[in-house]
Amino acid sequence: MTPTRAFWRGYLDCAPFILIVVPYSMMFGVVARDAGLDVLQTFAMSAIVIAGASQFTALALLQDQAPVFIALLAALAVNLRMAMYSAALVPHIGHAPLGLRALAAYLMVDQAFAVAVRTYEERPDMPKPAKLAYYFGCMALICPFWYGSTLAGALLREAIPASWSLDFAVPVCFIALVAPLLRSAPHLVAAFAACAGSIAFAGLPWSLGIFAAALLGIAAGAQTELALKRRAEA
Amino acid sequence: MISDTAFWTLTALLGIGTFLIRFSFLGWLGGRELPPWALLHLKYVGAAVFPALITPLLLWPDATGGQTDPIRLLAAVAAFAAGIRFGVVPAIVAGMGSLYLLQFITGA
Repeated sequence: MTPTRAFWRGYLDCAPFILIVVPYSMMFGVVARDAGLDVLQTFAMSAIVIAGASQFTALALLQDQAPVFIALLAALAVNLRMAMYSAALVPHIGHAPLGLRALAAYLMVDQAFAVAVRTYEERPDMPKPAKLAYYFGCMALICPFWYGSTLAGALLREAIPASWSLDFAVPVCFIALVAPLLRSAPHLVAAFAACAGSIAFAGLPWSLGIFAAALLGIAAGAQTELALKRRAEA
Repeated sequence: MISDTAFWTLTALLGIGTFLIRFSFLGWLGGRELPPWALLHLKYVGAAVFPALITPLLLWPDATGGQTDPIRLLAAVAAFAAGIRFGVVPAIVAGMGSLYLLQFITGA
């Protein structure tokens, strides 16, 4: 497969995700304007960070008057999963020159990553330059829609009346993100432990309760996985 | 209200931090593997962080002055069910849709 063909193949393979990226990033635009950011700030955040879940996290905490470093730590924790993506991509595009690897890192988003890695696994015979071109094809489709729809959402905000209860869009977006993740028993345990923890620790200052609850949930999920493994081996 | 200084500080640092996370293995660490305990815990970051964030927003929403609102809780359950079964966008549609429907029915 030539690099040019691989690029366009990646572009087309990611096309279905437009249906997710457009409403999701528009929602970010609307919610960010609702929280008091101006259009430039909203767009800048999407363009600089390109990681919706962490942007919603940071925004929700800032709006809740949490200190900046708490909002930053929580948002970075949400993005830690991308260290795993980075590691998973090394065998496929790790050969590229430094500049291209940096660009690949900046553009790394969940859906396009998932599509790229699935394709690499299905076609182990794909030459390395084609793999690199395929990766950029995937990202080249998703990223412009991400920028554009955030901007559209930020501009549309003016047209939306307060009676639409848009405050509720933030928890709904989080629920939408987390529900598909809860496919195994340890994931469910992690989620429930985190919910219980965030009620129990609600009195802690600076939103530290959210941290404590998240750590509790992560530990609960990991311990459940280990316990299930031990039981399966016994 | 979010102050300009808070916003730009956060966005700049979040941008740099997120880039470094994405660049980590691809950029410097090459083929090195994460230790097993890190992989084990990283798997549950998403499943734990989001519920920890959502719970207070749902139980004590700002829009009702911190009062628990049964309509919002029901709409959250609808979003969760649609999310488990169908995925991200149906969950958003189900959540906002049932909120509007219940608000319309109850006249809230």
